[in-house]
Amino acid sequence: MDFTIAFFIALCFVLSITALFAFIWSLGNKGKSILHGDGNIIFGEHELGKSEEPAIDGPLPLARGSDTNVETVNYHRGSEDEINERVAIDTSSRLPVVMFLTSALFWLILGSFAGVIVSLKFHFPDLLVSNIELTFGRIRPVHLNAVVYGWSAMAGVGVVLWLLPRLLKTELVGGRYAASSCILWNIALLIGAYQIVTGHTQGMEFLEVPWHTDILIIFAGAMVAVPLFLTLAQRKTEHLYVSGWYFSAALIWFPVIFFIGNVPGIFTGAEQAIVNWWFGHNILGLWVTPIAVGCAYYFIPKVLGVSVYSYRLSLIGFWALALFYSQVGIHHLLGGPVPMWLQTMSIVQSVMMLIPITAFLINMYSILKGRWSVVKYSPTLRFMLIGAAMYAGASVQGTFEAIRSVNYLVHFTHYTVAHAHLGLYAFFTMIMFGAMYFVLPRVTQSEWPYPKLISWHFWLSLLGISLYFVALTIAGIKQGFALADPSIPFIESMKVTIPYLELRSIAGIMMTVSHIIFALHFLALIMKKRTAAHEQSASLNLKEA
Amino acid sequence: MNKVIAILSGALTIVLFAFVIIVMMPTMQAKNNKPDPNIKPYNASETRGRAMYVSLGCLHCHTQQVRDSIWSTDEARGWGRPSVSTDYQYDTPHQLGTMRTGPDLMNIGVRQPSDTWHLMHLYQPRSVVPESIMPAYPFLFKEVEKAEKGDAVITMPPKFSIGKTIVANQQAIDLTNYMKSLKRNHPIPK
Repeated sequence: MDFTIAFFIALCFVLSITALFAFIWSLGNKGKSILHGDGNIIFGEHELGKSEEPAIDGPLPLARGSDTNVETVNYHRGSEDEINERVAIDTSSRLPVVMFLTSALFWLILGSFAGVIVSLKFHFPDLLVSNIELTFGRIRPVHLNAVVYGWSAMAGVGVVLWLLPRLLKTELVGGRYAASSCILWNIALLIGAYQIVTGHTQGMEFLEVPWHTDILIIFAGAMVAVPLFLTLAQRKTEHLYVSGWYFSAALIWFPVIFFIGNVPGIFTGAEQAIVNWWFGHNILGLWVTPIAVGCAYYFIPKVLGVSVYSYRLSLIGFWALALFYSQVGIHHLLGGPVPMWLQTMSIVQSVMMLIPITAFLINMYSILKGRWSVVKYSPTLRFMLIGAAMYAGASVQGTFEAIRSVNYLVHFTHYTVAHAHLGLYAFFTMIMFGAMYFVLPRVTQSEWPYPKLISWHFWLSLLGISLYFVALTIAGIKQGFALADPSIPFIESMKVTIPYLELRSIAGIMMTVSHIIFALHFLALIMKKRTAAHEQSASLNLKEA
Repeated sequence: MNKVIAILSGALTIVLFAFVIIVMMPTMQAKNNKPDPNIKPYNASETRGRAMYVSLGCLHCHTQQVRDSIWSTDEARGWGRPSVSTDYQYDTPHQLGTMRTGPDLMNIGVRQPSDTWHLMHLYQPRSVVPESIMPAYPFLFKEVEKAEKGDAVITMPPKFSIGKTIVANQQAIDLTNYMKSLKRNHPIPK
């Protein structure tokens, strides 16, 4: 047994070192791929160097006070055939995309309300205590499941359903299956939420929904995965852009880990905790992260009109992410009743996560350098930039949290909760917001009716998550210091957090309001009578010609 | 297309590789452990109490794992010896927890053996710990005009008294029995 363990650890070590060398090698070879590499594949003829930003009209000023503007892609210019093809691809996924994104927003708002109630209960402990269904320990998992399996999974699927056909330059195949999947998914989640509040939970974080209901989710997942794989199979591009790598891998990973995590009756006791956290962290590492990183690799270059800096680096980042992220989960159980070698390995792999993050940062920084001011004008880029920066922030923070001296202080405290929201909100959710501002005008062929609301949404959610993160981080550190001194009674470690928990409630309310604003704006856009923008500009083109 | 298949199979291999190392290996390793005779299976009432603990989501604020001294001050706080895998041999679903808004409960039965304390604490935590932010669980109790014979009556301090007699439901009694059963204070088995 010991020999087998040693063998696998050695294998893992060798793979990690190989990945590290591959990383260094790709840095040395970047010359080949700059600007002329495969990263150009996302730009059509004449599109390179031009910005695409459907959320606003007109050209994007390159620099403040500068006369140089970035020309925007004229979506409705070109031959009749080109326009028709472009519009056909972008609208081929309209029904399922609108359904998935509407559902995602519904779950985001439901999850936000659940989150605010839970947060208020921390400082009003006698709030809503007379019904068992509304007790803290049942609304808390409703919040988690609504935002993880409702908001993040459905928003991710919605954006991928739109983006994959565009990346592959082909129309979506089997959109009706995807639309049915959306209905089934919602039914499953509603049943799951009902089961949690009525006490039928599996009792493990991220795995609360009973496995019977999970079967429905697996069916729904399969029904949406099949059209996506069929679309992949009939692609018209020679090469799969890096975003496609992330998306297709995530589509394989999600069902595998979801199945393993939920199969009943195999693991018990402390070993069940190992599966639980291997699964829990993989939901973040192998589903949420690849979806959002894939989006960043598409939308940021697309809005700026610039090809990704080093294409090879982005691919190394992909494999490093897959290899390291899939093995970090046990850092949730550091110091717990699990083998020491397993804890050590999770720490090592958490530190190795610095590699994919550095790869991502180098790429993003290099294309943004000198173009920062575009952020001021492009709503998509504004959200994406916060998201991309916070991907780095959350991941580096995660690395340090796994190191023993830091973990000693912050394990079991609100610091971890702040970290989780930095990842799922400031990183993932911000990227999804940015993507939705880009996708929806294209998929509905109409414009955002009230651009001012985009600013309200942006600033409220950004200030909300900033306050949330700062307040809970301070709370967690104070709590950690109190816990680390055995001469301080335990209750003090809770009391020091109360003022910060009150601030967190305010932050949560700000974020919820921003979501409601976004949802109303979203409804206004999809209810708006289609402005037949396509015909309009087509006729304009004819006149100009 | 070949490239897509390469990506998918590579991605699948990596995740299964991680599953074997991170999940299967420690599970196989734990199979070598002899069961610990000092950890008794839960009786009927404790089992129901544990199910209640799970369904109320207590793990969102309470851990059930004592960390070693290199990781924490748990031992210095008198929360018990570091937990080991066999301590959980009857614990499914596991309730290790990730958050300590409230204290660790691995050995709460050692620290707090009183039925009355647990029942009062469940009905209204602030009646016994004034600064507590634990939710109250009044739905585990019934308020009656007059207690019947054999009822578990709790007497609240005047501040929390509602003028009626408060009787613990079976659920509250089960939960209390489960709390009292949480004792892992024997030496770590060799």
